[in-house]
This record gives sequence, C-alpha cells and structure tokens, in this order.
Amino acid sequence: MSAMQMSWAAGGMTRRGFLTAGAAVGGGLLLSATWPMRRGFAQGASPAGDAAKAGDPGQAVDGAQPVTLYARISPTGLVTILAPNPEMGQGTKTALPMIFAEELDVAWKDVVIEMADYLGGKMGSQSSGGSFSTPGAWLPLRQAGAAGRQMLISAAAMRWAVPAAECSAAESVVRHASSGRALTYGELAQSASRLPVPEPGAVVLKSESAFKIIGRSVVDPDKARIVVGRQPFGIDVKVPGMKYAVFQKGPVFDAEVESANVDEVKSSPGVSHVLIFKGARRTLEGGAGHSAPGIDDALRGGVAIVADTWWRAQKARGKLRVRWNEGAHAGDSTPSFDARAHALFAQPAQQEVRVDGDPERALAGAAQVIRAAYSYPFIAHVPMEPQNCVAAYRDGRVEIWAPTQNPGAGRRAVAAALGIEPEHITIHMIRCGGGFGRRLANDYMIEAASISREIGAPVKVLWAREDEIQHDFYRPGGYHNLAAGLDGAGKLVAWRNHFVGFARGEQFARLAVPRAGDFPAGFVPNYALRTSKIAFGVPLGPLRAPGDNAHAWVFQSFLDEIARAAGRDPIELQLELLAAPLPGEGDGHGGSAIAPGFMAARMIAVLERVRDMSGWAGRHRLPAGTGLGAACYWSHLGYVAQVHQVSVHRDGTIAPDAVWAAVDVGGVIVNPTNAENQVQGAILDGISAALGQEITFDRGRVVQSNYHDYTLLRNARIPRMDVQFVKTDYPPTGLGEPAYPSALPALCNAIHAACGQRVRKLPLKAAGLKV
Amino acid sequence: MSYTIEVNGVKHRVDAEGDTPLLWVLRDILELTGTKYGCGVGLCGACTVHANGEAVRSCMLPLEQVGESSITTIEAIGETRLGRRVQQKWLALDVPQCGYCQGGQIMAATALLARTPRPREADIDAAMSGNLCRCGCYTRIRTAIRHLAESHEA
Repeated sequence: MSAMQMSWAAGGMTRRGFLTAGAAVGGGLLLSATWPMRRGFAQGASPAGDAAKAGDPGQAVDGAQPVTLYARISPTGLVTILAPNPEMGQGTKTALPMIFAEELDVAWKDVVIEMADYLGGKMGSQSSGGSFSTPGAWLPLRQAGAAGRQMLISAAAMRWAVPAAECSAAESVVRHASSGRALTYGELAQSASRLPVPEPGAVVLKSESAFKIIGRSVVDPDKARIVVGRQPFGIDVKVPGMKYAVFQKGPVFDAEVESANVDEVKSSPGVSHVLIFKGARRTLEGGAGHSAPGIDDALRGGVAIVADTWWRAQKARGKLRVRWNEGAHAGDSTPSFDARAHALFAQPAQQEVRVDGDPERALAGAAQVIRAAYSYPFIAHVPMEPQNCVAAYRDGRVEIWAPTQNPGAGRRAVAAALGIEPEHITIHMIRCGGGFGRRLANDYMIEAASISREIGAPVKVLWAREDEIQHDFYRPGGYHNLAAGLDGAGKLVAWRNHFVGFARGEQFARLAVPRAGDFPAGFVPNYALRTSKIAFGVPLGPLRAPGDNAHAWVFQSFLDEIARAAGRDPIELQLELLAAPLPGEGDGHGGSAIAPGFMAARMIAVLERVRDMSGWAGRHRLPAGTGLGAACYWSHLGYVAQVHQVSVHRDGTIAPDAVWAAVDVGGVIVNPTNAENQVQGAILDGISAALGQEITFDRGRVVQSNYHDYTLLRNARIPRMDVQFVKTDYPPTGLGEPAYPSALPALCNAIHAACGQRVRKLPLKAAGLKV
Repeated sequence: MSYTIEVNGVKHRVDAEGDTPLLWVLRDILELTGTKYGCGVGLCGACTVHANGEAVRSCMLPLEQVGESSITTIEAIGETRLGRRVQQKWLALDVPQCGYCQGGQIMAATALLARTPRPREADIDAAMSGNLCRCGCYTRIRTAIRHLAESHEA
C-alpha cells in the first residue's frame, strides 16, 4: 500500500459535505471527494419501477457504496491521484484525474496517477461497469479540484497578507499579479492542509471555455509501458514461492466431481498437487447474496492441478480423467431451446410487461400488418486476457492480485467461500486485458484463494482459452415474435411483441428481458410487450451494454422492416415516431439531474446528423450490391445513431465498407482520443457479434472452444469510420457501452438494402450469409 | 532437458521439456511477460515474437525447435530503428485500448514493415488479420501502419 493509500487511514481529515482535506503523511495536502456510484434510476424503467428485473445495468455492478478519489499535493509539487476504479481500456483511470486536475489548475505534467488497491469500502465500491464513472464523478470531482485550488490560493494570500481575490492560480502556481509574487503548489501544500475545507457548493467552477485539460486528448500513461511490453496485467503477476495452477471445471455447468485419477496426474513432471473441489451447486442459484445480481460467484466443482510452471500444469491436464455427476442440465441443447421458444410463441404469453392502447384491435383494423420473428444467440465475453488470479493464503489472511472489474464482490465471495473475515483479504487491482463485463464476476479469485489455502503457498490460476469460452457468464439468447400495424397513411399505429427468454424457475434471467421503456415503447399508441420463459441452466452475466446489445438489434431491424413495407424512408419513419411521443414520454423524466431519462429531441438530433454525414439522401445512387442501413439507440445515457454501408461481393460475401456515427454524450468530451477509441471499438465489437459470435449448447455443454469456432472480427476489410460528437447542454456521460447496440441493426439493415435479405437470426454466419 | 536459446541478443540456458512452447519459456522462465498468452493454438497472435526477423506465434514454437534462431520480443524490438518508430507511432496515435494484444500487434506490424516498407491494404490485411484485438483497435492499427509507410525513408 502506498503512502497515500495509508494516509487517509492516519486520520486528521476534516470533512465538508463529500469533500475532505487535511495533512498528508509525508507532508503536503491530501484531498478527497466521495460521490454516489449508482445512477439512482433505472434506464427506461417500467412504470412499476422494477429496475432489477428490467435488467438495469446500474444494478449489475457492486453499487451499494459511494466511490472516493484521493489526491495528494506533495511539498515537491507532485500531485498524485489515486484512481479508484479498475482500468480495462475504458479510460476512467485517466478521465477522472483529468476532471479533478482541471479545476485544481495543476499542470498536467505534475500529475501522477496511481492505481488504488481495493480499500475494503473506504474508497467505496471501486467497481467499473455500466458506463457510469464519468457522469457520477463529473460535478463532485470538479468541486473537489476547485476546493483544492481555493485552499492553495488562500494559503498564498495569507502568506502574502493580501486579499485572496487578488490572487490567481494556473499551471501549479499561485500568483499575486500586482506585486509579481508567485508560489508553487508544492510550496503551499503544507500550509493549505491546515485550512478549513470550503463548502462544495460554494466553490467557483471554471467556465467550460476555460478548460485546459478536459477536452484535450490525453494518452493513458500505462500505454507508454504497453507499447514496450512492460505494463503488468494480472496474468504477469509473480510473487515469491508462487506455484501455477489450472482448474478443470465440469463439462456441464453445475457438474460435481465424483472421482478423478489423481495419482496418475500427480506423477506428471513438475506437478505437486492434484486437488478435487466438490464445489457449491449454488452457482446457478443467485450467488447467495455474496455477489452482484446476475453474476453468481461461487466455487464450481472441479479438479485443480498445481505445478511449478503453468505449462506443466496444463500439460498434465491431458492425462486427467474425471467422473462427473452432471446434474439436472445435461439435457439442455440449443435446438431444444429453439423448439421450446417456437412452441411458446404459439401460446398466449405468460406475463404482461406493458400495454398501451388496444394493440389487438389496432392490428385487426390496420391497413397493413407486418409480422416477423427474431432470435439471437448466447454470446461470450472472451477478453483477450484469460481469467487469472494470484492468491497467497497465510494464517487466515489472503492477499490477492486480480484483474477484476468488481473487487468488492470478489472480496465478499472469497470471504464466504473460505469462511474468513472480509477484512482479512487484501486485493490489488491490476490492469485488465479487457473486461466487457466478464470481470464483474470473480470466480477465478475464489479458485486461486481456495487452492492457495490447500497447498499452503501462493498460486497463480490461469484459465486456458477453452476454459474461458466454456465457462463464461454468457449474454443470454432470446426470441421475439413481433407484429406491427400501419394505418392507411403508412403511420405506425400498433406494435406487439411476445418475448421468450431464459428463466430459473419463476424468475427471468437478469438482463434478458426488454425494458418496458425501450423505444419505440412510449411512441406507438397501441403497444404490447408480453413475455414467456424457458427453464435453463446456463450461467449468465452482463456483457457490454447489457440488454440493449440484443434488443436494439431486434427493435431497430423491425422498424426498418416496417418502413420498407410501407415504402417509406426508415430514418424519416423514426424521426416521425420520435417527434410524437405519447403524453409524458421522451422528455427526460424518470431520471436525475446527472442522469436524465430518454429525451426524444436528443435522438432526433443524432439521427439527423448521421443522415447528413452519410449522404443518406443519395443512397439510391449506390452501385448494385451496395446499400446503406440506419439505426439508433439510447444506451447507458448515450444517444447514438449510425449508418453502415455494406457491399455484397461477387462470391456472396458480406463486407462492411463504411460506418458513420453521431454520438451525444453531453456537452463535454473529457478525453477525445479515448472517446473516439471507445466508439470505434464498440461499433467494431457490435459488427463482430453480428457476423460470427455464437455460443451453442449440446447435452448441457458449450460446443465452441477457441477462436476457430468462436470467431471474432479480424483486421481485414475493416470499414472506414467517421465518428462525430453532437454537443448538447447536458453533463457528460460514459462511453464504454452506448455505441454498441445500434451497430448490429445498422449493419443488418444495410445488408437488406444491399441484397434484399432480411436478417432475423444472428449471427450472420448461422443465418446462411457468407462473412 | 537443457536448451540454449538466443533471446533479445542474449544466450539463455533453459531447463525445460523440449515440447514447452517458447511462449511459456519467455513468460514463466525468462520473465519476459510482454509476450502474452491468448489462445495457445496460434489463432490470436497475442504471443507474436520474431524469429530471425519473421513474425512467429511463440505458443506454437516448441523449445526444442528454436535451435539457432535469434528470438526478439516486444521488450527489445525498440532497439531496432523500425521497432522504435512503430512503438512511438502506436503511442502517438493512442492505438491501444486495454493494451493486452498490442505487443503482438506491434511485433506483427514491425515484421510487415521490415519486409514491405510500403504495404498495400491487402498486405496489411494479410499481415495483421492473424492478430485479434477484442477492443476493436483495428482502425487505429491500420492508420498507424499507413502513417509509418508514408513516412518511410527509402
């Protein structure tokens, strides 16, 4: 733990609202700001406000606590900022310090960002997920930085015996203009630490036009180490005396070990231990309150092989023979799921989520009725860095090094699994090689801690890619049976959806069900969303833009179908819908000041922008076999509209040629280089999912095992991309997720425009298209 | 078994089974962890290193087959002028997101540019499509390679 991480523990801090300040250990000024992690509202929540059931991604993270950022101004002038949240490429490790440093008026070159350890709640939840770091932190961090600046100015004014109003701060220096005197922040830090903390609401914030750090592209300092191969990721951690382990889990998700050829495997070179873990068969039962909703953290049944190198442990796995008790789900298969869904479509829906007007009557009286059934598969997260963890158990205490998005839940899960106090577990958060929601679960952490306790030595557990693909918490598949009615003027007057998704007993899998407020709900006078359930035994979890990552494709594809059936321009149809919400809809209600609900006007603006960017009006002049498709979606507070251009090659191969995207995440883009990276990456991720990603099941087993059959987009024939940010007068919101959902329908709508084939089943390669 | 291999200009004596993939020799024995494990079967490119200047997948190269090859990893590629330029361009364009695959990406791009200083789009497709990036940095990877090709001094 660094000096600063210990510093707050030393006490002596004074508090004012969410701000604290005081003397730092080793000298200087220590500041902290604390703010709520949760958005405090459910995006598009149902009228009943049942956010958790509706799959609010804000619920997917360990969000019960606030989050805290610490900064220390040392007597040398160095400003060390302790980044609270795990970094996995989303950029919060840089963005949050930028916001604070801006108002502090420190020169960016004087700032050092340090990754915090998990501080057991003293720094709040410290989880990363839901694209909520930026909106939640925006105002508190600005106020904290400005409070620090005010304290430094006050300290200088007292030293000079002049009014503070005559002093100003810039680039780590306080100046008194009329006398020409100047003191650096380092020179002032100690005396500032003895001053009272200003009221957060009373500090003066900069006007946005005066920003020097916010809005400038800042490259995460880790990247200078990344390009030379010297940035540690979780997988790179090595501690003295460490062993290496693989953990062979059952072929079916809740399988238990009956027996294994332990002695034979143990005779392999370098192997020191072969351990059978019976596992807890609660992995599909909701995590017993120890984890985030939708992610069940418990030790799964399996066999651990421990050796002096990872390769020797992995090689010994080839000799392992296990008799499994496969449990109740060994009969699950994708064809049986599909058949069950279609049988349910033929029956009345089991539950009603939302009904407006009289959809049945409106459909019966419609001039034109369009019907379609859509389905999408389970998909896996597959971050490039496979799950791993180093754990060192000793005398009832565990020290853990983990690439995790959700350390608080991990600590609770390890405490529960080992029966020790959470306070006796230390977690070091190491940069994650991608997260995408996978590392909100901490199953690898429990494996490492359990093995370390058994062998009495530190151990690194590393999953092989096959483990990663076959033991994920998957994005659930789903089925939608849709009908839409148009009136004589080609106006959408009815929309009815029967959704079939996956459930455990009576409870729908979290994140599986469309929300009652998902567009076009609230914009069609006669609307129904009804649901039915399929029982299943597959572990599920949030994946980038949970819920939206599937439903946007269905709703935005079907709207395109409706427009084509009516002989109308699909963008015009969406603009017409957005311009005429039902009373009380589309006006930002249901949210908070920092996280307003859906605003139709903002969606209209990005749709119009992307229409103009893409040359949409000229789409009919494109050559044969080339087409444009449009889609828009509101996700994680961000408004994104996209147009994709697709060509169908002579051999029938589908190729994405170009993407135009208009994005509204408020009035300020904190770090433009990272913002563009997030949007481009999310769009390519969406294209990748649409083209080839699919997890299927046979006899309860995942069929896919590595990148040959779980295919990701590769760096060939990548579409050219034009991303523009539409600035609006709202606080900035996050970008890890919003651009993903609309990518899939824009691509599929473009395929239809290019070749006339409507994609109603994903991925494309399973729908008979060549990719 | 004991093998002597040359890595980053230094000869190392390594005691390990001959079928141990070079990847694990680099990572767990020589402690050169910039070379990453991603799939173990040559499908993702995270483990790309150079053997006599050619990009190879170290997860597929057994220790016993390294022989006299001169192995270069991401930690040392910056000692060549081209490798340094590629690393600097990657940083200037802020190519990485999570960064995990980027060592492999840089090794693949450096091998491409060493062989083909002015690659066509099809050359980039061929050289880079073996290196997966889950974050979707492909656009900036291509931009970086194009910039390096344009600024190439013949």
